[in-house]
Amino acid sequence: MSRNSLWEYANPRKFLQTTDIVLPWVAWFAAVTLVLGLVWGFFFTPDDYRQGSTVKIVYLHVPAALMAINAWIMMLVASLIWIIRRHHVSALAARAAAPVGMVMTVIALLTGALWGQPMWGTWWAWDPRLTSFLILFLFYLGYMALWEAIENDDTAADLTSILCLVGSVFALLSRYAVNFWSQGLHQGASLSVQSGERMAMTFKLPLYVSMAAFALLFIALVLVRTRTEIRARRMRALLARERMGGA
Amino acid sequence: MPDLGKYAEAVLTSYAISLVLLAAIVLLSLRRSRRVKKELQEIEEKVKSNG
Amino acid sequence: MRAGGGFGLGLSFFLIVVVLVPFGVGPQTAILSTIAPGILWIGALLACLLSLDRIFALDWEDGSLDLLATSPLPMEGLVAVKSLAHWLTTGLPLVLAAPVLGVLLNLPGPGFGWLTLSLFIGTPALSVIGTFGAALTVGLKRGGLLLSLLVLPLYVPTLIFGADVARRGAEGLETTTPLFLLAGITCGTIALLPFASAAVLKVNLR
Repeated sequence: MSRNSLWEYANPRKFLQTTDIVLPWVAWFAAVTLVLGLVWGFFFTPDDYRQGSTVKIVYLHVPAALMAINAWIMMLVASLIWIIRRHHVSALAARAAAPVGMVMTVIALLTGALWGQPMWGTWWAWDPRLTSFLILFLFYLGYMALWEAIENDDTAADLTSILCLVGSVFALLSRYAVNFWSQGLHQGASLSVQSGERMAMTFKLPLYVSMAAFALLFIALVLVRTRTEIRARRMRALLARERMGGA
Repeated sequence: MPDLGKYAEAVLTSYAISLVLLAAIVLLSLRRSRRVKKELQEIEEKVKSNG
Repeated sequence: MRAGGGFGLGLSFFLIVVVLVPFGVGPQTAILSTIAPGILWIGALLACLLSLDRIFALDWEDGSLDLLATSPLPMEGLVAVKSLAHWLTTGLPLVLAAPVLGVLLNLPGPGFGWLTLSLFIGTPALSVIGTFGAALTVGLKRGGLLLSLLVLPLYVPTLIFGADVARRGAEGLETTTPLFLLAGITCGTIALLPFASAAVLKVNLR
């Protein structure tokens, strides 16, 4: 009898079985909302009177930026679950999420730079938001590199979890430090459409759809990649047993 | 195609890059998933026939 | 308790970096004066970085780390001592060398005191954070680059506030806020990070 039904899915086999059913739905909804959000935003919204047609970039930049951060938070939670309850699926899910989060971060960075270019006149400016995302990108790289570098699965899971914890604290610290650091800049308006500025419904609705799309896409990708990690881990275990038994 | 005015380059590049990156992570994830699934099946067959 | 040396090497590296900068950006005094605080901070930071793998390397290789792990001394204590040793042999010399190298970069007069103070307060954080990174990569054959990739983003807050103190001091501006923030980060890392480093070492020693 399971005490908490959610923890059942921490069992690798149960996870694979459940996602067999769930994944196609998530993927389908992700695809539909993505097409809906982006087509709506790109073709059927007006220009912003200040930013012109560059406002259309918001349907990519904001969802990607949100997922870049949410992905790291999910990795943090998964790392904590691994440290506390030692569920392998959790550790593998964190590993699976990292590349997706990193891609989201890159999209946020590139779209952010392209969005700012008409405003700033340069292809890159050390805007506090963009700078924070650049640092987040480095955190993703380091996390992924550490997983790659350690051979033993459990050791890698432990070390990367601790790194994720410590990294999260420093990521927050960096956010404040970067805001402090960029105060000296005499930049024009920083990169934002929605903060401090009322966004009209015509923009908000397709934005919400895009945000949902990116979230669903993230979930679908993490499910796919976690399933792969589970299988890869089982493969390594079988190979190790073969090597020992065959001798 | 809506009239993007002078920002056409920035907007179109944003969409192009984002879609390419999303497609890349999706395709790479699916490809690796298929490869690992196949390899696991092969090893499980081998183990079954050995043991 | 060996610290593994690195004393002369760190200083030499610091000197080399500082000497290279004018070759890269040109010899104009005005430009060098402006960037001097930041360059000196970055040079010190990189010199610290390069000596990090020595924190645990020798003890790991000859097995004394395993021995120390079984001793009654708590792992957190061992880690703290290692960080202190690193600071005394690497960080502190850099702090003392910085004003001397500041002359080479035309650091403005008022900047000398603030640069030294900011490095004095900031370099312990670099040692403690670096110890964490060294613990993570202790078992790896050529973990140097990975160590840098892991540690440098963690150095960013200290660098931002430390260099800001040095810069503002050089311009004669108010330095209180970044100075307190810098000190806060150093105190926080000293108090908390050894626990993480100890946990990491225990994992690696399994």
